[in-house]
Amino acid sequence: MWPLVLRLLFFLLIVKPFLLLAVGVNVRGRNRLPRRGPALIVANHNSHLDALVLVAMLPLRLLFHTRPAASAEYFLRGRWRTWFATEVIGIIPVETGGGRPHAEVLGKVRDALAAGNLVIFFPEGTRGEPECLGKLKTGIVWLAQQLPDVPICPVRLCGLGRVLPKGDWLPVPFFCDAWVGEPLHWEGDRQRLMAALVASLGGSPVT
Amino acid sequence: MPLTLTAPVTVILGGVWALLIVATAVVWRLAPAPDSELRQRIRSWWLIVALCSLALTFNRIAALLFFGLVSFLALKEYLTLIPTRHADRRVLFWAYLSIPVQYYWIGIEWYGMFIIFIPVYMFLLLPVAMVLIGETQGHLRAAGTLHWGLMSMVFSLSHLAFLLVLPQAQYPHVSGPGLVLFLLLLTELNDVAQFCWGKLLGRHKISPTVSPNKTVEGFVGGVVTTVLLSVLLAPWLTPFSVRDALLAGALIAVAGFFGDLSLSALKRDLGIKDSGNLLPGHGGILDRVDSLTYTAPLFFHFTRYLYF
Repeated sequence: MWPLVLRLLFFLLIVKPFLLLAVGVNVRGRNRLPRRGPALIVANHNSHLDALVLVAMLPLRLLFHTRPAASAEYFLRGRWRTWFATEVIGIIPVETGGGRPHAEVLGKVRDALAAGNLVIFFPEGTRGEPECLGKLKTGIVWLAQQLPDVPICPVRLCGLGRVLPKGDWLPVPFFCDAWVGEPLHWEGDRQRLMAALVASLGGSPVT
Repeated sequence: MPLTLTAPVTVILGGVWALLIVATAVVWRLAPAPDSELRQRIRSWWLIVALCSLALTFNRIAALLFFGLVSFLALKEYLTLIPTRHADRRVLFWAYLSIPVQYYWIGIEWYGMFIIFIPVYMFLLLPVAMVLIGETQGHLRAAGTLHWGLMSMVFSLSHLAFLLVLPQAQYPHVSGPGLVLFLLLLTELNDVAQFCWGKLLGRHKISPTVSPNKTVEGFVGGVVTTVLLSVLLAPWLTPFSVRDALLAGALIAVAGFFGDLSLSALKRDLGIKDSGNLLPGHGGILDRVDSLTYTAPLFFHFTRYLYF
């Protein structure tokens, strides 16, 4: 109960005012965002702010049903960080690396989606170089195959790697953009899904 | 501290609202599509007029916060548009911090510091911060572009706010908000008048490489309109004699024109059309304050030299 209250307060009093004033994210194609779960929201990943921006972009009523998939290795380090990440933000810890089967690594993500949640997922697996789309990992294809009915909503984020890049703690204000693309679905073709994802996350902007 | 509002300020502010209502009615007739650019533009004007009215009538702190916010948004938009070096992140952070400091000098009415803080201290200190970080590749460009942004978006625009605190005891009918209203109104109406005269009579391009839409006819029509408005409004809002009202009108019209062109040149250099999308129908905030970056300091020094 308390962590959920904290989550609401954290987003209402800290994240949203900060994003509005210090960053200023201009969302284009907002009407293409999912209105209910289950849905998989995928984005390019350059900054710790990415997940917060994506959660804050959704209607407030979805706050308690939206969970970012995040690196267990990074976020489950230390008691307080673990508590804050899992209880307050509500991340789904994912143990990246190691070449283990998808079912083992992403099982919890699949379960969260099957339970009707919205999951924020970064198919690159990690924060890459600022403003570059890294190589997408195959996890996203496995998830799409497992849950062919769940819509995949691609969001291309631009500028957050300038505001708070990897390896820095001091945010510097810049305006940012988020382009919400047309929802994608699993249609039985791995290559096609990957190409569509790369196009909406790193190709020419969707207006 | 409450701002002194004189009756003319209230009346003319009311006139601006009336003008906005008339303009909205005309635009609704002219552009029936609910999301047309003209309608978006008028919607943004409502927001601008509402915020300016609040800032000019509430109290000094609200006014300083408002103008500080305008400087912050303008500087943020500028820094978003230009290429910056990853190594300079902390330097940019210091540059942003100069905004509250600059507006603080205005709040305590310290003219001497207000007028040199950015041109002298920030000009010298930010390159020191860059040198301490140690990145030399692109140093001149980084230091030069950052200082240009601070001078335009913070130093120049903050002159608007200093008009509010000029000592007005010797002119009982003049108030700080009145001077700001005079400058804002003439600068914005000059933009509108140059645009309208250009559309109506424009034949000869005045600056084909920088801004192909600007014409000699638009420019001259704008200057004449603004000078007339200045003579009309000056007795109510300023201490100007008729001669000085003529000069102030001409100064604002010419300065506004070059402020607009200066930002057009910047956008052309960067290969963009609008500076952002904060104000739907206008573009970004830089598209709206471009003329002010020239008119604010020039009008301020004209007024201060002659009357304060």
